Amino acid sequence: MSSRRVVITGIGVIAPGGVGTKDFWSLLTEGRTATRRISFFDPSPFRSQVAAEADFDAELHGLTPQEVRRTDRAAQFAVVTAREAAADSGLEFTGVDPHRVGVTVGSAVGATTGLDWEYRTVSDGGRLDLVDHTYAVPHLYDYFVPSSFAAETAWAVGAEGPATVVSTGCTSGLDAVGHGAELVREGTVDVMVAGATDAPISPITVACFDAIKATTPRNDDPEHASRPFDGTRNGFVLGEGCAVFVLEELESARRRGARIYAEVAGYASRCNAYHMTGLRPDGREMAEAVRVALDEARLNPEAIDYVNAHGSGTKQNDRHETAAFKRSLGEHAYRVPVSSIKSMVGHSLGAIGSIEIAASALAMEHGVVPPTANLHTPDPECDLDYVPLTAREHRTDAVVSVGSGFGGFQSAMVLARPERSTA
Amino acid sequence: MSGRVVVTGLGVAAPNGVGAADYWAAARNGTSGIGRLSRFDPSGYPARLAGEITGFDADAHLPSRLVPQTDRMTQIALVSADCALADAGVRPGELPDYDMGVVTAGASGGFEFGQGELRNLWSKGGQHVSAYQSFAWFYAVNSGQISIRNGMRGPSGVLVSDQAGGLDAVAQARRHIRGGTRLIVSGGVDASLCPWGWVAQLASGRLSTSDDPRRGYLPFDAAACGHVPGEGGALLVMEPLESARQRQAPQVYGEIAGYGATFDPKPGSGRAPALQRAIEVALEDADTEPGGIGAVFADAAALPALDRIESEAVTKVFGPRGVPVTAPKVLTGRLNSGGAPLDLATALLAVRDGVIPPTPHVTPAEEYDIDLVGSEPRRSALRAALVVARGHGGFNSAVVVRACAG
Amino acid sequence: MAATEFTLDDLKRILLQGAGAAEGVDLDGDILDTDFEELGYESLALLETGGRIEREYGIRLDEDQLVEADTPQALIALVNATLAPAGQAA
Repeated sequence: MSSRRVVITGIGVIAPGGVGTKDFWSLLTEGRTATRRISFFDPSPFRSQVAAEADFDAELHGLTPQEVRRTDRAAQFAVVTAREAAADSGLEFTGVDPHRVGVTVGSAVGATTGLDWEYRTVSDGGRLDLVDHTYAVPHLYDYFVPSSFAAETAWAVGAEGPATVVSTGCTSGLDAVGHGAELVREGTVDVMVAGATDAPISPITVACFDAIKATTPRNDDPEHASRPFDGTRNGFVLGEGCAVFVLEELESARRRGARIYAEVAGYASRCNAYHMTGLRPDGREMAEAVRVALDEARLNPEAIDYVNAHGSGTKQNDRHETAAFKRSLGEHAYRVPVSSIKSMVGHSLGAIGSIEIAASALAMEHGVVPPTANLHTPDPECDLDYVPLTAREHRTDAVVSVGSGFGGFQSAMVLARPERSTA
Repeated sequence: MSGRVVVTGLGVAAPNGVGAADYWAAARNGTSGIGRLSRFDPSGYPARLAGEITGFDADAHLPSRLVPQTDRMTQIALVSADCALADAGVRPGELPDYDMGVVTAGASGGFEFGQGELRNLWSKGGQHVSAYQSFAWFYAVNSGQISIRNGMRGPSGVLVSDQAGGLDAVAQARRHIRGGTRLIVSGGVDASLCPWGWVAQLASGRLSTSDDPRRGYLPFDAAACGHVPGEGGALLVMEPLESARQRQAPQVYGEIAGYGATFDPKPGSGRAPALQRAIEVALEDADTEPGGIGAVFADAAALPALDRIESEAVTKVFGPRGVPVTAPKVLTGRLNSGGAPLDLATALLAVRDGVIPPTPHVTPAEEYDIDLVGSEPRRSALRAALVVARGHGGFNSAVVVRACAG
Repeated sequence: MAATEFTLDDLKRILLQGAGAAEGVDLDGDILDTDFEELGYESLALLETGGRIEREYGIRLDEDQLVEADTPQALIALVNATLAPAGQAA
């Protein structure tokens, strides 16, 4: 059983700046940013008025009017992206026993946007305490419990194996793929459609991050508002999006001649048991997650060619994370390129972990490391090579991607070429 | 890898009893916790019955620093975790931090807290939203808060598969323990009995509109008319059997012996429902024949179409009236992500005491060929039980619990 | 109109409502110059407290000054300094 290895054979992405993997990768490698003044509603009453929004038309991307009507935007992302990943994998899903296909969808905040607007209606703008059920949409229960995202995704690919939503805040996107890989490895399924989605750009989300001043108030310069690792950083920029992968057992992927982007070679998650939103500066638990993930991949820190950082752009995160890399990778932390794509696509909460896995896999595929945009001013506490401003050609055989989230979750995943030599 | 994973501590909060002992007494005696909703005036809504936990006082059990930043469901979860750890005789401070984790199921998050902040947002403006909103409502909150309160830094997680999620969480906890983690707190607790949560649940079209607490939730009955929602759940302390024996745990309730999960085909596809397969996978995983199962704790949706699927699945696996079937949840209502963990706790207590708790008030319809345990508890020397749970949309999960001999 | 004065009692009331009190900490003791951290209030609790003060008194506290106000004395002074011009304007 332990000999089963898991690889990524299909990728689908919706990110701010473009729908589809191709547009996403162009944005990253050109170092363009997709952050802008919020257009989904009037943001002027809020402290932070910028976000990375995706221009997405669900019907244009193949959803039926009924599907659009009954689903939250985040579920729509998941369905479209799962279909892209399935097509990209070249796997004939109709030829696989549906019971051997599972689904994991990560999401930090579920259908929060749908709930926000529906609450406004049933409460008549917050006036009614006893909210009026006669104004509720029929699919409100699917917003109430976000496992509906896994259901829609399973229907989209015809999966009848285990299906679930993984919701560990901002590490959901790593944890959902980690969970999916585990199900393939242990033999419960042969194929997993695994990824994460969030579409949180709505008044309640903006307000709740305003209240803790976690998002940037840099409203006068939206395109340059997300500044991970920069000395002038002052909060993250909210984003949205989705990435979904087809995960398969290595040998069967090879047998069918599939393109293999990367092996999910190692994964671990730890909790800081410290604070729901705060981080200790030493990065101890994230470092432990990285260490365990490397161990599982049987790789030394020196084998890592690229670190895809969480890099949210808050003061405390970027410092915490820099410390975690030094702690887990030692001197190699100073040599390996580290970058944060949140500088370009913002922070889509639970989705971003999967979007960053996509960026990591594409970095391996193309031999190009995406940059950290908007990084001009050094911060003495962030003194690694963050690949400022422009993408870099760089052969990449192994990547560590990390995430850190509210609730104290710290996760790390190692992607590597299956044919690598191990320690 | 294939080590036996056992439950050594139970923390229970149910509408008919808080604490494992009180709850178990109520379940055996057929004492119901269902009544007319009292936390708000339900008279304007089509459904008015609920299973409410009464007399839970967060201030009596939790530090005042924690109370303002937590939803009711998190408060109940934190206290239940404390109870489970105490029951297991575990002092978390004495174990290495990375050797302990928390895996809970979520469903709707801290919905009541969220309702309050949505009201502040829409009636007064964004600056009236609490600094705690960003995490007090989200699905990961119970795992996060339990981890912080108990210094648990090991592998953790949160799964959402509607009412089936509690079993998925326990299975995930078992995976982590087999992977080397010494102790996991797992299960689920939910509490969304606020007007906003009520309206969301009404939208499912599955709530009973009866006003009679004895007739409101009647699974497998010809009068089945939907379910009554409730609040609460259970948290379990799980660990490897060897480790429980080594530390001389006060008790080993039993083993999480088997697990299976499936997802139903898309409606209209013409393919068969996948529940039966989830049960078969769980039995196979437990390495047991159907005859080894002494009782089935049913999902008990109380909607004729769903009851039929479940009774057929049970009949196909166990034979007509081949195994006693019970649904003690008719006394608590369905507890979202908390329901299946509560059923696991109940099943473990049933195995411990050799008593299958009753399903009061239900007269099974003729069409279901199942041996439903009636209004009286049934003595039985059962060694193993099967817990079945389903979630809206097509989630099916099943877990086998088994006594640990010697 | 007389300017409202924000007192230690006001602060204690709002702290208790929004963040409770840490075990073993006596808010009725001599706490004016004790660090909030020592009193068991971390930045999140102070953000909640700041938000509650802003809403109750209809003021906006300067973000940087709020972060720097690390004792009850300093926070009370900040609130009163913010209230004074607001009061004059009204």
